Amino acid sequence: MDMRTPLGKVRGLGSAKTGTDHFWKVRTTSVVLVPLMLFYIGFLVMYAGRPYAEVVDALANPFVATINALTVIASIVHMRLGMEEVIQDYIHSETAKLALLIVNASFSLLVGGLCLIAVLKIAFAG
Amino acid sequence: MANVTKNRPLSPHLQVYKFIPTMAMSIMHRITGVALYVGTILVAAWLIAAASGEDYFNQVNDLFGSFLGQVILFGYTWALIHHLVGGLRHIMWDLGYGFEKEFSTMLAKANLVASIALTVLVWAVVLLVR
Ligand code: HEM
Repeated sequence: MDMRTPLGKVRGLGSAKTGTDHFWKVRTTSVVLVPLMLFYIGFLVMYAGRPYAEVVDALANPFVATINALTVIASIVHMRLGMEEVIQDYIHSETAKLALLIVNASFSLLVGGLCLIAVLKIAFAG
Repeated sequence: MANVTKNRPLSPHLQVYKFIPTMAMSIMHRITGVALYVGTILVAAWLIAAASGEDYFNQVNDLFGSFLGQVILFGYTWALIHHLVGGLRHIMWDLGYGFEKEFSTMLAKANLVASIALTVLVWAVVLLVR
């Protein structure tokens, strides 16, 4: 028999058993995303609409490629967690919620993987 | 034990609240977050095209350069800047500052003004200066 009080049950890791992990990851990614996104906006200002050779040349720069790879990782983690929260807030049917959470995780991984490979391919192979 | 979940008080639904600036910007933060989520497809398309060769890249560039493409990119830029500035307010609150009513209302309004102004500035630099 479970002798714990209701308060005892929610203390520590809470009902989802992951504690503040989700909240904390959204916050930490959002903090690193501020400088990364400022760099990204600056990069777009300089290179959006530019010819192929110029853009690839800029993306192949090791510094730019590193920042871009980190930006992809931080954004994908942040957007996946953010969307998880939105789904959990609005979707009340267990089945639909589970399905959407899987779609969200898959979409994030797929887009993240594609972006990362693109960044790395340009960095290593031009 | 009694069924706790069934007897919990419900939080009042959204429409019983008066519509105020901080609430509007909270909703905007969520909408722009979801818009950026979808907009990541644009970034991916650009990067993948750049990694796939000149022909693909020119096709994507043409799409982005079309009138509709430019409108969508303008919206994406605004969503990004609005969400970024809103994110700064979140960081401030998470550090424990800025909860005073007048101040947070002022910041909510400033968020919208700043995001529009900065978006126009970014596009002015791209279209006029560069
Ligand atoms: C520029 C840097 C960014 C900062 C500082 C930032 C900050 C935040 C914060 C603090 C939240 C939590 C909001 C809340 O609890 O109500 C959030 C939510 C979210 N963010 Fe970001 N974010 C940034 C960039 C991005 C990007 C690039 C994307 C998408 C690709 C994104 C997508 C989302 C989504 C989908 C949510 C969930 C919306 C919600 O729960 O209301 N964010 N962001």
